[in-house]
Amino acid sequence: MYEGAVQDLIDELGRLPGVGPKSAQRIAFHLLAADPADVRRLVNALVEVKDKVRFCTVCGNVAEADQCRICLDPRRDPSVICVVEESKDVVAVEKTREFRGRYHVLGGAISPIEGVGPDDLRIRELMTRLADGEVTELILATDPNLEGEATATYLARLCKPMGLKVTRLASGLPVGGDLEYADEVTLGRAFEGRRLLDV
Amino acid sequence: MHVAHLSLADFRSYASVEVPLDPGVTAFVGPNGQGKTNLVEAVGYLATLGSHRVANDAPLVRLGAERAYVRGSIVREGRTTLAELEINPGKANRARINRSPVPRPRDILGLLRTVLFAPEDLALVKGDPGERRRFLDELLTARAPRMLGVRQDYERVLKQRNALLRSAAMARRAGGRGASLSTLDVWDSHLAVAGAELTAARLELTGALQPLVDKAYDEVSSGGGPTVLEYRASIGDEPLPADRRLIHDALMAAIERQRPSEIERGVTLVGPHRDDVLLKLGALPAKGYASHGESWSYALALRLASYELLRADGGEPVLVLDDVFAELDARRRERLAELVAPGEQVLVTAAVAEDVPAVLAGARYAVSAGEVRRTV
Ligand SMILES: Nc1ncnc2c1ncn2[C@@H]1O[C@H](COP(=O)(O)OP(=O)(O)OP(=O)(O)O)[C@@H](O)[C@H]1O
Ligand SMILES: [Mg+2]
Ligand SMILES: [Zn+2]
Repeated sequence: MYEGAVQDLIDELGRLPGVGPKSAQRIAFHLLAADPADVRRLVNALVEVKDKVRFCTVCGNVAEADQCRICLDPRRDPSVICVVEESKDVVAVEKTREFRGRYHVLGGAISPIEGVGPDDLRIRELMTRLADGEVTELILATDPNLEGEATATYLARLCKPMGLKVTRLASGLPVGGDLEYADEVTLGRAFEGRRLLDV
Repeated sequence: MHVAHLSLADFRSYASVEVPLDPGVTAFVGPNGQGKTNLVEAVGYLATLGSHRVANDAPLVRLGAERAYVRGSIVREGRTTLAELEINPGKANRARINRSPVPRPRDILGLLRTVLFAPEDLALVKGDPGERRRFLDELLTARAPRMLGVRQDYERVLKQRNALLRSAAMARRAGGRGASLSTLDVWDSHLAVAGAELTAARLELTGALQPLVDKAYDEVSSGGGPTVLEYRASIGDEPLPADRRLIHDALMAAIERQRPSEIERGVTLVGPHRDDVLLKLGALPAKGYASHGESWSYALALRLASYELLRADGGEPVLVLDDVFAELDARRRERLAELVAPGEQVLVTAAVAEDVPAVLAGARYAVSAGEVRRTV
């Protein structure tokens, strides 16, 4: 244990994803030794991101206004929604240039081990978007791992009575992987080969 | 196939060791606790990505070291492949084939196949169902490496489903209306798909093993059989259908029947994780009835049958006999030695040279205090 402020910093850093106790300690001492101006810039970036960046009220993607750029873009096809787990997956799919519809960001996947159920995801918001009948196709692009598959199955069953076309990205995506790590070619091909989900 | 060279770094008691190996019999001899089993454990790890002694990787890394390395040159039909593993307990292991990294460690499965005999094998007959499930599952993976993925998928679904049931059961006991079980149906269907695939594979394997076990039992014990292997599924007493889709439907039906007790107890009660293989000797189950010697014959027969099966699939596996001869009476010892002697490569460990039967003459290494020295 270190004294007060240093330990507080290590504890806070240690709560970040992917940062273990050892790395937290390394980062803390790096910051202690760093130029005060550099640290100030980091602090400002952190404050700014919390002040300015919000989540799109429609799709849940990161946005600098009430709605994100994609939801505000009139050229995007409003009849197709691609459902992803995280905002970073929107970036991954956008890179493929295969998809011209809109998104819905769930904020994760169903995982009882981590205490995440449907109510913890933006599923109610998705149902609201589907209610008016403008959307005719739902593409489920959750991660190609068990939790992503389970989330896709759950959504497909929920949407079945609505008579939508529900598709799932074709495999070819590495199983057990993360969507964001798939290369553009693979992900692009997966979009073209998406299949109807049989539930 | 055979291992032409084994090299270890920070594995178990070895800081670093290089062991050149020949085809045929090699015996590692030395007093207790000198590192004989550690060597053959490393060979087994290259083949199965697991140890025959411990369930997790932490004990495999030398005390004070962060990670262990196991490298083996594997010769198969005249072609040599270098397989390397970096063991990082608690983190992802890494693997390389011919010095190129592969995406996942399990990509090296299939390069080397082993059949390992050890004193722990007696638990196959006398131990809990989990021992027999592990025996089947490891053999499935040795025959078809993709089965490791099936097993891992099933275990993951099971964990998720149990977590959901447990939180629901806890909420009920606390007097609440119960946590949401709205996703239970989804986990049910994923459980049934993965469970049916695993069950079907185990059934097929049990059927393929049956005649081979009976023959091997006869050979090691000279009579006293017949042996019968019966797959006992947790979903009911009727014999299981052989077809994966029918097993899937039977699993779904059983899950439905068990639903109230599962919600009550907060745990998954049906599926391949609760199955067993009943090992019968004559009319009686071996467990609880067979003598000590008969139980040993049965355990040896299961390993010998695995060897036959893998051999029939093509690619003669490496035989590893860790300290087994000391456990057996003179007759079983001779029989076993005769049966394994023709193997392409046979690695034997023994505390004293007299424990190695005469038919297993070959190369000898003295193992002492982390040194492995060729003597014959
Ligand atoms: N992670 C580890 N780090 C350091 N030493 C270890 C580690 N794991 C095991 N050992 C040591 O290795 C020795 C056991 O080696 P091994 O099991 O290979 O013995 P053996 O030669 O097969 O003996 P036996 O004849 O009794 O079977 C023990 O002394 C143990 O303390
Ligand atoms: Mg030993
Ligand atoms: Zn939006």
